[in-house]
Amino acid sequence: MEKKFMKGCEAIAEAAVRGGCRFFAGYPITPQNEIPEYLSWRLPQVGGAFVQGESEVASINMVYGAAATGKRALTSSSGPGISLKAEGISYLASAQLPAVIVNISRGGPGLGSIQPAQSDYLQATKALGHGGFRAMVFAPATLQEAVDLTYNAWEYAERYRNPVMILMDGCLGAIMEEVEFPEMKELTADNVKEWCLDRIDGREDDHMITPILPEPLLEKLNIGKGMQYKMWEKLDTKVEEFMLEDAEYVVVAYGIAARVAKEAVLRLREEGCKIGMVRPITLYPFPKASLNNLDYTKVKGVIDIEMTIPAQMREDIELQVKDRCPVYEYGRSGGMLLDDDGVYEAIAKIVKGGE
Amino acid sequence: MAEYKRPQSLKPMATPYCPGCLHALATRLVADVIDELQQSQNAINVVSVGCSALNLYTWKGDVIGAAHGRAPAVATGIKRCLPDRLVFTYQGDGDLAAIGLAEIMSAANRGENFTVIFANNQTYGMTGGQMAPTTLIGQKSTTTPFGRDPMTTGYPLKMCELMAVLEAPVFVARYALNSPKGVMDAKKGIRKAFELQMAGKGFTFIELLTNCPTNWGMGPIDTLEYMNTNTIPYFKPGIYKDKESEA
Repeated sequence: MEKKFMKGCEAIAEAAVRGGCRFFAGYPITPQNEIPEYLSWRLPQVGGAFVQGESEVASINMVYGAAATGKRALTSSSGPGISLKAEGISYLASAQLPAVIVNISRGGPGLGSIQPAQSDYLQATKALGHGGFRAMVFAPATLQEAVDLTYNAWEYAERYRNPVMILMDGCLGAIMEEVEFPEMKELTADNVKEWCLDRIDGREDDHMITPILPEPLLEKLNIGKGMQYKMWEKLDTKVEEFMLEDAEYVVVAYGIAARVAKEAVLRLREEGCKIGMVRPITLYPFPKASLNNLDYTKVKGVIDIEMTIPAQMREDIELQVKDRCPVYEYGRSGGMLLDDDGVYEAIAKIVKGGE
Repeated sequence: MAEYKRPQSLKPMATPYCPGCLHALATRLVADVIDELQQSQNAINVVSVGCSALNLYTWKGDVIGAAHGRAPAVATGIKRCLPDRLVFTYQGDGDLAAIGLAEIMSAANRGENFTVIFANNQTYGMTGGQMAPTTLIGQKSTTTPFGRDPMTTGYPLKMCELMAVLEAPVFVARYALNSPKGVMDAKKGIRKAFELQMAGKGFTFIELLTNCPTNWGMGPIDTLEYMNTNTIPYFKPGIYKDKESEA
């Protein structure tokens, strides 16, 4: 396999192409511009289409149209732009269209700042749009993981006919790391979906893709999707459990925060502290069992480290800890970055100070 | 004598539009042309939000519902992925000229190779007759109960005229559906637009002046006369751009 030293945004753009993506529409916003820039020349090379939309609103609706044809479609943006895409993401969920949305997140709320932050957790996991729906949210912590998750994102989107989100912060979008790219997926006529607008199979029946349904059918869709979300929890939860066996303190962190937190965990282990980490890779479905099944006769505290203030994952953690030990939080926010010493000191204070 | 039959491209059901509504005629004209061009299996109807959304239930052929105003963006995504299909949007004036103004202008400016059918009835029919971007000066609506006042609400948007100043569109025309001549001209225009698209020439835009007996508060016959004396003098029918003929 081919190894390349690459920037985060470009690595996931290449991974998308290799994963079968043949349509991209997006609108410029920092810090994700390298994704559309890369795909503007890369997609035509593989017979795909690239459109720079007039807005995020238009771009997500172009993706809606492209997804309806059975093609693998992608859009990317950052917080403020994801808010604008909320309408279209909800329509994707309603019309049961698979598509992938990348959020290279930055400080918020509002225009916020263009520097990295993890301030879109709640938006991604609870409310990507109106009307009550969920999307799988993948949160890679390394560029290799980002490549692998992006490469396979459409498999999930198509299996469940649902949008999928990849949530990375601006740090991961901008850093360079060595990555290995999987082979180009060869999509054949078999890959054209039986529900889509393409008539490649010579079908004669007509297809309707609709984001509006008569009430009894809409309720049926809601019920079906509710069952599907439960199924994701069982089948598709991804998590890294690190040094949990004897842990008295458990750090919970995802993405860039998990990388910094892991350094602190290792340093504290060297100092003899019994500490481990749970790193959600899917933020939705949230890895409930990893936290629910901790041995609370041993665990004295759970520490939520996020690059946003106030911490947004905390409620999901508390629902699993169920008051069996205290939950602490530490973070930086607004585009101010987590650093090794800050995170180490915050955790050490809790662990050693017995706070 | 040609036999007057239901178009193949419409389901065998009664029109869902109110009695006397010209939306039904506009839809029929599009369906007739698609039948004549033998494109019923090849066409994709991108339906918008408003009364035009009723097309979702009556159209026989591939159909997709778009978010309010976004049909030109959805059509862009479809046509870029399936360039051999005959793709058109069917949009009302609130959808196209208010909430969807950015999408229509940008798709037209990119010269996307699809056709827009724009039904302009100067009102938000589905939501009960609020002021539309095309509501005439002095025309009453539920949000301009004393008639549209340009001092606070501006002027009715002339979409064909806006389209015509863009470089990319190849055919831009407006027809009034309140007379047999207007209907026959409109059908020719729709056919020309679809043929240009099938030849890969680029963006085509057909505006059809229609009525709304229900929300204008008039009998159907009276709406046709109202169109003659009020709508047509402001929204002048005609061909606003015909790049192929100019060339």
